[in-house]
Order: sequence, then C-alpha cells, then structure tokens
Amino acid sequence: MTAVRHAPGRGAVIRFATAFAVRLGGVLLVIWGAATAGFIALRLIPGDPVDVMLGVHARVGEAVREQIRAEWGLDQPPLVQYVLYLGRLVRGDLGESYQLRKSVAEIIGQQALPTLQLTALALLFALVLALGAALLARGQRSKRIVSLVELFVISSPTFWIGLVLLAVFSFQLGWFPVTATQGFASLVLPALTLALPVAGIISQVLRQGLDAAELQPFSTTARARGVSRAGLVLRHSLRHAAADSLTLTGYLVGSLLGGAVLVETVFARQGLGGVAIRAIIGRDIPVVLGIIVGAAIVFAVVNLLVDLTYRQLDPRLRIAVREASV
Amino acid sequence: MTSMVTAVSPPRRPRRPSIVRHIPPLGVVAAVIVLGVVLLAAIAPWILTGQSPLQTDATAALHAPSAAHLFGTDQSGRDVLSRVIYGARYSLLVGLGATLLALLAGLVIGIGAGLAPRSVDGVLSRVIDVLMAFPEFLFALLVIAVIGPGEVSIVIAVALAAVPAYARVARVQTMVVSRAGYVRAASSLGVRPLAVIVRHIIPNTLGPLLVMATIGVGTAIVSAAGLSFLGLGPQPPTPEWGVILSEGRNFLATAWWIAVFPGLAITTTVIAISTVGRFLRSRSEGRSS
Repeated sequence: MTAVRHAPGRGAVIRFATAFAVRLGGVLLVIWGAATAGFIALRLIPGDPVDVMLGVHARVGEAVREQIRAEWGLDQPPLVQYVLYLGRLVRGDLGESYQLRKSVAEIIGQQALPTLQLTALALLFALVLALGAALLARGQRSKRIVSLVELFVISSPTFWIGLVLLAVFSFQLGWFPVTATQGFASLVLPALTLALPVAGIISQVLRQGLDAAELQPFSTTARARGVSRAGLVLRHSLRHAAADSLTLTGYLVGSLLGGAVLVETVFARQGLGGVAIRAIIGRDIPVVLGIIVGAAIVFAVVNLLVDLTYRQLDPRLRIAVREASV
Repeated sequence: MTSMVTAVSPPRRPRRPSIVRHIPPLGVVAAVIVLGVVLLAAIAPWILTGQSPLQTDATAALHAPSAAHLFGTDQSGRDVLSRVIYGARYSLLVGLGATLLALLAGLVIGIGAGLAPRSVDGVLSRVIDVLMAFPEFLFALLVIAVIGPGEVSIVIAVALAAVPAYARVARVQTMVVSRAGYVRAASSLGVRPLAVIVRHIIPNTLGPLLVMATIGVGTAIVSAAGLSFLGLGPQPPTPEWGVILSEGRNFLATAWWIAVFPGLAITTTVIAISTVGRFLRSRSEGRSS
C-alpha cells in the first residue's frame, strides 16, 4: 500500500465504510475466537459436568446420569456440541448454568447493572481526578508530588486501597455506609477505589502528552499569537494529549472490569464479579464461557469505537497509519 | 507494523547531563535497600523475626500494635509482623517464577513470529494484539477459570497473562535485529540460522525484555495477591499477603492492622521494584538512542 492523499467527498465515505466493515469483521472474528478458545479449553478440563450439577456428595445411579447427559447434550461428540454451541451463540443463547439452573444470559443480565453503575462512576472519577492532577502539575514541585502519588496508587493493589478507604471512612469516620445497600452513598467508596489506579495511569499519560504538546510547533505559534499559557493548555495541548490517552481506553475498560471483581469482593457488593468467582470455584462451565464471550464482546466493541474515534480526533493518523502498515 | 502505532509510546524524557546520569538517584538506592530486606525475608525470615507465623495464642487475639507485636495480632493471636515477613517468600516466588515463565514463552513466540513467513507472523501478531487488549488481571482470572484454582494455577495464570506483552517486544526486536547489516552479513557468510538466533538475535532481544521483566515482577506480585485475595490460590492460614488481607477484611471494624500492614508490604515492594525497573529502562533507552 502506498500513502493515499485524502480526497473529500465520495471517496472518503467509501474508505470509511470499508475501514468500518473490515473492523467489524475483526470484531466478529475476535468474538468467535474467544468462544472457540473458551470452548476448547473448558472441554479439556478433567471431570464430569454431571458431578458439578449434582454436587460432590450426590449418590445417583448411572441411569440418571445418562439421562442428565442426554438432556444437556453432553452425550454428543465434541464437534457436534461445538456446532450446537455456536448455533445457540449466534441466536444470543449463552446456555444454562449447571448450578443455578437458570439461563446464563439472565444471570449476567441481572447482575450487570450494579457492575455497570460501579464502573461508570469509577470511570467518571478517574477522568476527573486524572484531569485535575495533570492540570495541577505544571510546575516543577507539583509535578514531583503528583508523580509520587501516581506511583503510589499504581503500585498499590486495588483491593488494599479499598480496605484502607473502608477502614478510614466507613469504620473510623463513619462518613459512608459499611454495607453495600442500595443508594449512591454506598457506591462512592467502591467507585473511588476502582478509579484511583486508573486515574494514576491516565494522569501519567496525560501529563506526558501535555509536555510533548508544549514542544510542538503549534504551541509556539499559538503563544506567538498571544494565547495565554492556560489558554494554550486548555484549548490546544489538551486535545493533543487526549489523543494519546484515548489509546488507553480499551485497556482502561478492561482494568475497570478486572478491578470490579476485586472491588465487589472487598465491599461485598452484588455484581458480575461475584458471579464470575462463584462460577470459577464451582466449575460452572456455561457461566464461565458466558463471561469469557461477554468480556470479548465488550473489548472488541470498545476497541472498535476507540479506533474509529482516534482517527477522527487526530487527522495526522489517517495518513500515518497507512504509511506504517505498508 | 500497525502494532507500533497502536502501542502507547510515551515521549522520552530529555536526557540528564552525562555526569549525573551515572550516579543512581537517591530513590533508586532506597529501592535497592528495600528489595534487599524483602529478599532476606523471603530467603531467611527467621533472621528478621523470632515469632512463628502460624503460632496461635488465644489470649492475645486482635491486639493492637505494641512493642511485643509491632504490627499487632490477628483473630487467632498470631503475630501479624511475622506473617507479613514470611509472606514475602510466596509473593517473590510467584512474582519471579511467573515473570520468568512469561519471559521465556514470550521470547520463543516473539522470535518465532519475527522470523516466520509473513502469513504466519500476521496471524500470530493479530492473536497477540487481541490478547494484549485484555488487561492482565482479567486474563489471569479467565485462565484460572479454565485450569481451576490453586497455588500453581496462580503462577501459570499470571505468567500466561503476561506472555503477549513480551512476545510483542521480542517480535519487533527480532525483526529489527534480523534486518541489521551484521546479521545479513553473517547469514550470507554461511552462518547457520540457529547460530544466528543464539548468537545475535537472543542476546539483542533479551536486553529490553529483561528491563520489561523487572517492572513485570511488580505487576505479577499484585495480580497474584489479588487472585489469592479472591480465594483462588493458597488457603488460610498460609501467611501469603493476599490471604492475610482477605482474612483482615473481616476484622476491619476492630483490627485495621491485620489488613493494613500486608498491603503496605505489597505496595512498598512493588514501588521499589518499579523504581529500579524505571531506572534500568531510562538507562537502556539512553544507551540505545
């Protein structure tokens, strides 16, 4: 491929549509890959799923076991099971939990809301904290302090930060409720816990981006035009730095979801974290597979969106990517 | 190489004057001392504490930090300080073991992809890119879901989760080295491919990977502690940092010290490791640029 100049009009639309289609194909490929890898890996596990369904101590005759196998399609050859599984997946059917005897989609759907609330508020906190830290740290001394705080929150285990916040603000000061009852107040500490390490990473990248922007020719031009230092940061550098930070989004969504598992355990909250842990410990294969596929869908879609946004935000990249992918 | 573009590449800091560059900053010296203490705790914990990490004492349950028990005691009257000291062993072992495994696997996959025909490399790099998009902790959790909980599982899970990052760097480095003039010269002079890999590609790839691995040990320790906090690894009363934290969670209202000190130990260790790692990285960048 050679570098193509941008022609306005139909050409650009077609190019965008093609890029979109290619990436959508990639998304489907990733989801299929995750589903297949999960299926194969979970088939390799020694042990009989019927044992999981009945519990360890159940004493049941072989006839009943056979009946259960037939009912769940476990007596079919693996390849047939795989095809049936993919077929159900396409229709949005994730199967049924061995332990809870409920559809996996239902279980995930029921528990998704608390996790979603937690991660959404955490993302908001993280962005506000990171932006605040990056804008505050423009002097030598403040830079040093901010970078120390960043190092601390990035290096600390998320769940420990949660325990410390819980000990200080709930048990000692009594500012926030200890139990995770409904309501905004019980959401603040978990969201803050989840937000801190993420904020540390965003702030690091933002600050590097702002520093780099200061060295760009457009900064000199803007300053020469009489734009104030603060105006330069707010109007020009921040946009430049945001493009860098945007590449992190996919990673951050993952960190938030992974961290949510820990934070939900620390604060004894309802959510997907608990579902995941119980399924892993109880070897509830359909639920585990459902979570793997669900995670893959979230990631693939988020990465797709980031990819497309990124190209809109930084026009230079539309050409740069072409040249780099030669 | 699209992977180079999507990767976050922070701009390099301006170099310090050359005289200052050769003296490690104070923070690095402190970090090395901290790591020395952690290493001592891992190898010979009995030098640092006279108390057993498992000895229970019903009369001394949930005592606040005092001269006799600097970090206080837990619900069974066990000395928290000695539990934290003995815990260093598990964390370092998991951190180093998992990182080493990941480094080796990443090196093999990365060099393989870097030297393989374009089609094979294309598929491998796509897979690596996709796996890289998954954060390490979530990936490790999924691996545990497949292989089941346990102490060994944690090492494998944390290692597997880190492999893609090493593989990606090893691949890029291999491609750079294998296109270099001296490697082409060696090949055209009839040096066997295997000898080229052993003599040129591995030594040149290992440097950046080792610097990455230094920081990786810290990440691995945090991930492993998280997994055992969730109850997926060693079980109580093992004096592992994640396990102690998980026990301490139940006594936060009355005995904050059980949960605070092990976490502080993890954080201090990880900060020390990443300080040293960043120092090594800044030096190697200074050299290569």
